[in-house]
Amino acid sequence: MTATAEAPAAGEVASFEVTLRIRRMNPEGTSEHGAGEEYWEEHTIQAHATDRVLDALHKIKWDIDGSLAFRRSCAHGVCGSDAMRINARNRLACKTLLKDLNPAKPIMVEPIKGLPVEKDLIVDMEPFFASYREIMPFLMTSGPTPERERLQTPEERQRFDDTTKCILCAACTTSCPVFWTDGQYFGPQAIVGAHRFIFDSRDEGQWDRLEILNDKAGVWKCRTAFNCTEACPRGIEVTKAISEVKKVLNTGEI
Amino acid sequence: MTAPELSTPRERIRSGRMRRNAERWSWLFMRFSGALLLVLIFTHLFVNLMTGDGVQQIDFAFVAGKWASPLWKVWDLLMLVLAMIHGGNGMRLLINDYAHRPRVRTFLLWLLGIAVVVVIVLGSLVIFTFDPCPLDASGDLLSGVPDFCKDVR
Ligand code: SF4
Ligand code: FES
Repeated sequence: MTATAEAPAAGEVASFEVTLRIRRMNPEGTSEHGAGEEYWEEHTIQAHATDRVLDALHKIKWDIDGSLAFRRSCAHGVCGSDAMRINARNRLACKTLLKDLNPAKPIMVEPIKGLPVEKDLIVDMEPFFASYREIMPFLMTSGPTPERERLQTPEERQRFDDTTKCILCAACTTSCPVFWTDGQYFGPQAIVGAHRFIFDSRDEGQWDRLEILNDKAGVWKCRTAFNCTEACPRGIEVTKAISEVKKVLNTGEI
Repeated sequence: MTAPELSTPRERIRSGRMRRNAERWSWLFMRFSGALLLVLIFTHLFVNLMTGDGVQQIDFAFVAGKWASPLWKVWDLLMLVLAMIHGGNGMRLLINDYAHRPRVRTFLLWLLGIAVVVVIVLGSLVIFTFDPCPLDASGDLLSGVPDFCKDVR
């Protein structure tokens, strides 16, 4: 695994060779591959123990093959643009260390499943965002706007704290087996987004959102597979949030 | 400022909106019938297989004996109906997941509905029109009938 024979000197970061198997697709085709054809491509690079999958992808894109396409922006787990399927699990490339993935074997990198691939690791996120928009992810209130901020106790804030952490990376929705097959389901993220407002004491649009999630494509599609909770890079308990929404719909009490 | 153009690549089927709460009731039914079925089925298995002579005791007479009591008639009917609707509803969810073409989906859903109804009707008929002491063509008791038939006939 590690290439260095002797123990590394103090402060030195271990370095090793790692192979990435990347699922590629070029809509215009290349000299070897037809337009829209999906294929695997392997690259072996030298990496450090501090390197993440994103660093490896950078190395490939910048030094080996400039045609490799993937999204990233912040590179620090904040923007949610680089969710991909790494070793068959959805993760953020910028939050996954190569050394945690058993670099002795090729590391598989695929686009997230269930959304149309545009090129290489880039998928069309529009269906995902459409679901998010549908649950109306904005504060809904009635009456005059108060002059000061809308107050809330720490307990009231705690109620929806978990779901405020979502960065809309789509790792959860594209790990959901119901979302893969069904194509109608809102997906876990939309329910997380709705949960954040439904349980917010300042919001008054709860029942509009609940009404939407009571739909055939809403929360009842969830079969508690827990894939979403496992996939979420922010550690949000997604399945729990979905169950809380189900409970509100069943009891009528928020 | 104008809002960005919204497009929905995959149109959502809005049938849940027409029958409000339908999916919610389906979900609740699955939860409760599932729990009830666990009790019903495991008691059924225990009574049939663990008490008395175990699996050896199960023959025509044993079934006849059980169905002589209204308790087991109701028990078995409940198991039949709940299991069929529970399983049928599960299949319905699978069809909704995997059958995307409307024609195929409608066809499969009808097929499933008919299968569920036929099994429930046939099953209930057996439970309620069951004759513990059937006679053969010559008017004698068939072999294997329970002992109490001799007193009855
Ligand atoms: S809930 Fe987690 S996995 Fe899903 S979109 Fe938000 S941050 Fe990503
Ligand atoms: S690049 Fe922003 S979350 Fe990974």
